[in-house]
Amino acid sequence: MAYIGTATSRVDGRAKVTGAAKYAGDADAPGLAYAAIVTSTIAKGRIAAIDTSAALRAEGVLDVLTHENRPRMARRASAYKDDVAPEQGSPFRPLYDDTILFSGQPVALVLAEEWEIARFAAALVRVEYEAEPSVTDLKLQREHTFEVEQPHQPRGDADKAYAAAAVRHEAEYFIPIEHHNPMELFASTVLWDGDGKLTVYDKTQGVQNVRNYLCSVFSMKPDEVRVLSPFMGGGFGSGLRPQFQVTLAVLAARALERSVRLVLTRQQMYALCYRPATIERLALGATQGGTLDSISHEAIAVASQHEDFSRNDTGWSGQLYKSANAKYAHRLARVDLPTPADMRAPGATTGVYGLECAMDELAIALKLDPVELRLRCYSDRDQHEDLPYTSKKLRECYQQGAAAFGWDKRNPEPRSMRDGGELVGWGMATGVWEALQMEAAVRIALTANGHAEVSCAFSDIGTGTYTIVAQVAADQLGLPLDNITVRLGDSTLPQAPVEGGSWTAASVSHAIAKTADEIRKELWQLAKKMPNSPLAASRLEEVALVDGRIIAKNNGGGGVPMTDAMRHGQLDRIEQETTNSFKEDKKHARNTHSAIFAEVKVDEELGVIRVTRVVNAVAAGRILNTKTARSQIMGGVVWGIGMALHEETLVDHTFGRPMNANIAEYHVPVNADVHDIEVIFVDEPDELINPLGIKGVGEIGIVGVAAAIANAVYHATGKRVRDLPITLDKLLP
Amino acid sequence: MARTRRKRPSGETISTPEKITVTLTVNGVARELAVAPWVTLLDALRDRLGLTGTKKGCDHGQCGACTVLVDGRRINSCMTFAVMQDGAEVTTVEGLAHNGALHPVQQAFIDHDAFQCGACTSGQICSAVALLSEGRAKTVDDIRELMSGNLCRCGAYPNIVAAIRQAMERGQP
Repeated sequence: MAYIGTATSRVDGRAKVTGAAKYAGDADAPGLAYAAIVTSTIAKGRIAAIDTSAALRAEGVLDVLTHENRPRMARRASAYKDDVAPEQGSPFRPLYDDTILFSGQPVALVLAEEWEIARFAAALVRVEYEAEPSVTDLKLQREHTFEVEQPHQPRGDADKAYAAAAVRHEAEYFIPIEHHNPMELFASTVLWDGDGKLTVYDKTQGVQNVRNYLCSVFSMKPDEVRVLSPFMGGGFGSGLRPQFQVTLAVLAARALERSVRLVLTRQQMYALCYRPATIERLALGATQGGTLDSISHEAIAVASQHEDFSRNDTGWSGQLYKSANAKYAHRLARVDLPTPADMRAPGATTGVYGLECAMDELAIALKLDPVELRLRCYSDRDQHEDLPYTSKKLRECYQQGAAAFGWDKRNPEPRSMRDGGELVGWGMATGVWEALQMEAAVRIALTANGHAEVSCAFSDIGTGTYTIVAQVAADQLGLPLDNITVRLGDSTLPQAPVEGGSWTAASVSHAIAKTADEIRKELWQLAKKMPNSPLAASRLEEVALVDGRIIAKNNGGGGVPMTDAMRHGQLDRIEQETTNSFKEDKKHARNTHSAIFAEVKVDEELGVIRVTRVVNAVAAGRILNTKTARSQIMGGVVWGIGMALHEETLVDHTFGRPMNANIAEYHVPVNADVHDIEVIFVDEPDELINPLGIKGVGEIGIVGVAAAIANAVYHATGKRVRDLPITLDKLLP
Repeated sequence: MARTRRKRPSGETISTPEKITVTLTVNGVARELAVAPWVTLLDALRDRLGLTGTKKGCDHGQCGACTVLVDGRRINSCMTFAVMQDGAEVTTVEGLAHNGALHPVQQAFIDHDAFQCGACTSGQICSAVALLSEGRAKTVDDIRELMSGNLCRCGAYPNIVAAIRQAMERGQP
C-alpha cells in the first residue's frame, strides 16, 4: 500500500491556507437576509409578553419572529428527536412556545437586510417574564438524583471486598461544566431556491442527521432539503445534534421566502450544549501486593430538565483493571440548563480522570511506582465480559512512553525534584476508548481518464477525513493520490452516520474497500474481453489494481491499463456504490489504549503551573496517516491541558447563567501554554477487528491526560487537588 | 418573489446610520464601498467584499481568527470599523499567494499540519506573516508568546510553531 500509513499532507490543505474553504457562515446568495436572536435572561419560567414594535420600526428590519407568529412547525415533541438524541426526554423546540427551559434560550428572531441592523433591532425587543426559582448547582442537587441504567453489570461483592481490603482509597473527583468552544461560530445559511426547496449550509457533524431532523420538524420531503457541511470549523461533539440556529434559520427562510443567514455570537453558543459537570466517586480496595480486590465507581452528572443525557463514565474502571469485585452507578441531577452533549471522548474523559487519579493515590498508599501498580493490575482480557481483545498493546504503551519520557529517573518523593526556583512534578495515567465501526456507504465513480471521485455523506470536521479517504481510495484503486477527488459533507451523498466517536476512519475505509472491490470486478471483466488479453485466463481472486493497471498477481505483473480496458469496453465511467459490512464478533473486546506521561513545573510562591512536557503513547491499530493522526493526539493532549488547568464554565447560580460566556474568560490553552508534546504510535497489528486493522484516533488523545497532569502536580507540590481545573488559588497555602 | 414584509407598526421609523463611502486597497485592488459607521472591517470584508477567508470567531478581539494585515501590521479586523480604515492597505489570507504560488508561511502550515478544522488558520497565517516581518521573535518561546493572540481549539500549537520556524529559517539569506 503506497499511501496508507504515510505522513500524507492534507488534501484540503491548500483550500484551508488560502481561505478558499467555504464554511456554513461563508455561503452567499442573492438577496440574503440576516438574522439575529434575542435570548432569555431567566433560566426558568415563561414569557409573559414580547414587545417587538420598536424592532419592527427600525429601518431595514424585515420581520421579527416569536413563538406567537412563527411559521408552522411540528407539534409532537418526538418530531424533534434527531438520530443521536437521548432516548429519554423531549428535545428543546426553538421558538415553539412561551416556556423557558434555560438562560440564553432564543425567544425572538430579528430578520433584517443587514447583520448590523438585525443585531441593533434585537436590542429593541422587550421581553417580560414570569420567572420561577431555578437550580443550576450540581452540588446543591446531588441529594436529588436518579439512577440511569449503565451498560455494565457489577461482579462479585465490591462493598464486602472493599471492607476487607488491606489498603483502601476512597475519594471524590470533580469536573466542572466545560464548553466545546470550536473556533467557528455556529452558523446556518439557508438558500431559498424559489420552489420551496431549501439548500442549507450548516455547521454540523452530520448532514443527514440535520436533513432528517428538518424534514421531521417542517414536514418536508427528503428531496426538498439538502444539507451541506463541506468544511466544519471544529465540532468536538457540539455539532452532533442539530443545534437551534439551523431550526431558526429555516423558520426565517420559510417566513420570508428568502435566503437567510444566522450566525450565533460566541456568548450565545454557551446556550447550545456542554460537557456535564460530574462528580466521580471512586473506592479502590487493594492487597499489600498491589493487586485490586474491589472497584466501586459512581458518577453524578448534571442533566437538563427535559432530556436525560448520560454516557458511560464508570464502566472503564472495571474493564481496564483486574479485580474480582466491581460495581458502578451513574446518577443524574436535573438542573435548569440546556441538555449536555458529547464532548471529546464523552464519559471516558471524565470517568478515567477520576479512576487514574485514584490509582495514583492508591500507588502512593502502597508505596508503589504508579506504572508498576498498573502493570500488577493489568488485564489481557476485558474484565466485563471476560473476553480477549482484538488487540491490546497497552503494556507497550507504558514501556515506550516511560522510556521516551525518562520515567526511570523519577524520584517518587513529592517535592523532591526542582528546576531552579520551580518545583518539578512527573505524573502518568492510562487512557482507554472504544474502537467503533458503523454502517456507511461510499460511491466511487471511475472515469476513463484514470480519475476517481469518491463520495460519502460523512463530514470532515478537521480530523482529516478528506485525506484518509483519498489515501485509502488511491491504494484500493491502484491510482495516484492526485487522481482522487473526495466529496464529503452533503446530505445527497451515500449514507453515513454523524462524524463522532472515532468511528469514521474504520467505517468509511471499509466502505471504500468494498466499493473499490466492485470496481475491480468490473474492470477485470472488461479487461478479459480485450483482444489477446493477458488476463483472459485469470481468476478474480488473483487480480489486483496496481499503478493504474489491472494485473494478475501471479502473472509477473503483466496486465492491462484500466483506461484501456474502459475504452475498449466503450465506457467513460464506472460507478459503484456499496455499504460496508463488518463481521459480527461477540468473542472479542475492541478498544484503543494509551499511556500518558506529563511533566509540570510549579512556581511555589505564585502557584503558577506550566505543563512543560507530555508523552502520549497510543495503541490504536493501524494508523492511516501518521501526520494527521499525530495531530489528532496532539490536539487531545492540548484539550487535556485545558481540562486540567484552565477550563471551567462558571455559572452564577442566582441567575442560572454562565458568567464567563466568552473565549477570554473561559480559558482555553493558548500557544504559550503548550510546550513539548511527543506522540508515539505503538505498533498494534490487528487482524481481528476489521480487514484493514483500523481503530480510530479522535478521542483517545484526551483520555487520561488531565489525570497525568493532576498526578504530576501532586508529585511536584505534595498537594492533591481533585477539583478541576487546578487553578493557582487551589495550590496556595 | 419574496413575501412582502410585515406591516410596520404605527409610530416613527427608527433610522439606522447613514452609509459613508470609503476606499480600501484590499489585496492590491482599490475597492470602494458604502458602509454604515457600525460595520467592522471584518464584516465589510466578509459580507460586502465577499472575502470570507477571514473568519469570525468571537467578534470581541479575543480569539484572533479575524487577523488581517492593515498597512503591514496585524490587527483583529473585528476591533476596527471599516470607516476608520479609509485609504488603508489591507491584506487578507486571499492576498498572500502570488500567481498560484503559496506564501512560504502557507506552505509551511501545510507541511507541518499546522491546522485541523481551518477556522483559525487564516488568522494564524496572517499573524505569522506579520510576526516574521516584525523580526522580534528569536526563540521558540518568543514565537509561542507572540502567537498567543491567535487561539486554535484543535490544539495545533506545536505544529504552528514548527511551521513558523520553517518559514523563518527559509526566509533567511
